[in-house]
Amino acid sequence: MNTDIKLKYLRTDKLPHIWCPGCGHGIILGAIVKSFDKIGWKKDDIVVVSGIGCSGRTPGYIDTNTLHTTHGRALAFATGIKMAKPNLHIVIIMGDGDAAAIGGNHLIHAARRNIDLTAIVFNNKIYGMTGGQYSPTTPQKAKASTAPYGNIEPNFDLVKLVKGAGATYVARATSYHIALLEKCICNGLAHKGFSFIDVLTTCPTQYGRLNKMKSPEGNLLMIKNNTILMSKAESMTDEEIGNRIIIGEFANNDSSREYTELYTDEIIKKAMNKE
Amino acid sequence: MSKVKLTQGDEACALAAIDAGCRFFGGYPITPASDIAEFMSLLLPKIEGKFIQMEDEIASMASVIGASLAGVKSMTATSGPGFSLKQENLGFAIVTEVPTVIANVQRGGPSTGLPTLPSQSDMMQARWGTHGDHEIIAIVPNSVKEVYYETIRAFNLSEKLRTPVILLMDEVIGHLSENFERPDLHTLKIINREKTTKSPEEYFPYDEKEGLVPPLVPFGEGYRYHVTGLIHDKTGFPSTHEDQVFKLMTRLKDKILKNRDIIDKYEIIKEGNEKIGVFAYGSTARTMIEAKNRLKEQGINIAVMRPITMWPFPGNALNEFSKGIDKIIVAELNYGQIVDEVIRYADKNVNIIPLNKYTGRLISPQEIIDKVMEV
Repeated sequence: MNTDIKLKYLRTDKLPHIWCPGCGHGIILGAIVKSFDKIGWKKDDIVVVSGIGCSGRTPGYIDTNTLHTTHGRALAFATGIKMAKPNLHIVIIMGDGDAAAIGGNHLIHAARRNIDLTAIVFNNKIYGMTGGQYSPTTPQKAKASTAPYGNIEPNFDLVKLVKGAGATYVARATSYHIALLEKCICNGLAHKGFSFIDVLTTCPTQYGRLNKMKSPEGNLLMIKNNTILMSKAESMTDEEIGNRIIIGEFANNDSSREYTELYTDEIIKKAMNKE
Repeated sequence: MSKVKLTQGDEACALAAIDAGCRFFGGYPITPASDIAEFMSLLLPKIEGKFIQMEDEIASMASVIGASLAGVKSMTATSGPGFSLKQENLGFAIVTEVPTVIANVQRGGPSTGLPTLPSQSDMMQARWGTHGDHEIIAIVPNSVKEVYYETIRAFNLSEKLRTPVILLMDEVIGHLSENFERPDLHTLKIINREKTTKSPEEYFPYDEKEGLVPPLVPFGEGYRYHVTGLIHDKTGFPSTHEDQVFKLMTRLKDKILKNRDIIDKYEIIKEGNEKIGVFAYGSTARTMIEAKNRLKEQGINIAVMRPITMWPFPGNALNEFSKGIDKIIVAELNYGQIVDEVIRYADKNVNIIPLNKYTGRLISPQEIIDKVMEV
């Protein structure tokens, strides 16, 4: 059943994908196409936009309108598409380097505008395709090919960043917690306004190899052990939570109006009445 | 009642964009191009178009490509430093063959340079600013009226050839006010994107069998295809096969170079007996014409050539122009960028003499006259 749904939304002639054995990206791709089916959107009405890197190759496998842009700029391209055709459903797939480093400016401004885009970050804490360099989400002390002595930079909490910037749907899921992942993507797609889902995932080839965790299952278990569901964390003390990262939905509200709708209601109406 | 109005170059550019069918503008504030964004923010919503001020120059370039892919004619405007930032995505528009228009109202550089002073120092940035092999179309208008008509032509070329087109204004042309009469829309020839006759199953966005410019179907119309900045095959999917790379790269070049008949545009005034020629463009071409008129009063005839399309460079026309002339003065507001192109294409017997100014001030008619007398 699951396989049928997935195949319905995939370009099967483009498979197998280019990702390494044990990579978590395929799990997220599966959750995305299942969410498309659940929400019932027509493939013709969906645009999937990506930047550069391993995650950037995801749209190629999805049978919708797909756009593989330049590094970090997916959200800016998507903004133009959404403004031109607000009826289209637009999903943006970015890596952590894409979204938080080179494209960080676009991320906070898309969130601030509350434009109806669903942004999903495949956050494996490393630049995978270029050979394992540290990213803005690499934890301190972790090794990377450009941090052979360990990373000294504090990492971004993307959830706090994007929520602070004004996004009206913000969630953190993982490629280990599939049910939560699918729920967050579905809710993000359904939400009118800027939706952001930070998906913690694995890169055994680069991050794992450089940090003494080569096995795919070991990488997934690391995610399991380092995270805690928000529903559980709510009844725990800070001490009990410890260093674990909270996963779940951090914002799901209509505190500000969606950008393209507001543009039509405020600007176009005013401009046209004036004449 | 006369429809003639005192109009600024930047305003004429915005009016022309709207008359050409532009319905999306993604901009970022920068002197001396901000006026275009301001006019567009005022005018576009009146006709249900959209204006957005993006978070940076890079984003504004990305947004206009996105809007165009969704089927809406789009434009952005900038000046030197912003033009530098747009270069990567300009290359993306070239290789993905997405039409859009980029106005660069030039100012002095490098870096922040001379924001409010004129310059023509982005001629080579327009030609070679983005990385990799590519052809580019760039247009250099020299009056308010010409800004209007050349902006329309920029949109038409961009849609017809599925490629970004650069409008190279300079601070003087952007901020110049002249009498201008906006024409009736029905008198204009507006080219819209070619539609495909193929079904979604038979359609390929980069099918060389469709000719040099395969039709581009907008996103959301039932044709689910892939667009990537990677070198791709006819389907739009990446390919590194040598024959595929060759096919795409050659077609991208040919679609410009084999359409020179609709791209090339220049003005030549030559009676045939002149020994001295002057070559200039944009605001400097105005100075050149004034110098020519003043010299004529003194009984001296000079031939003049002014490219309106700068890229691809009108080499054959220049060669023809140069024949029989002893010396050509090339006047530019830069160290000398186009002069090398003139040397490359002019008759080998012609002596090419550069006349350059890079202080943020215009070359005066007298300076051209002095140079003519000197040589």
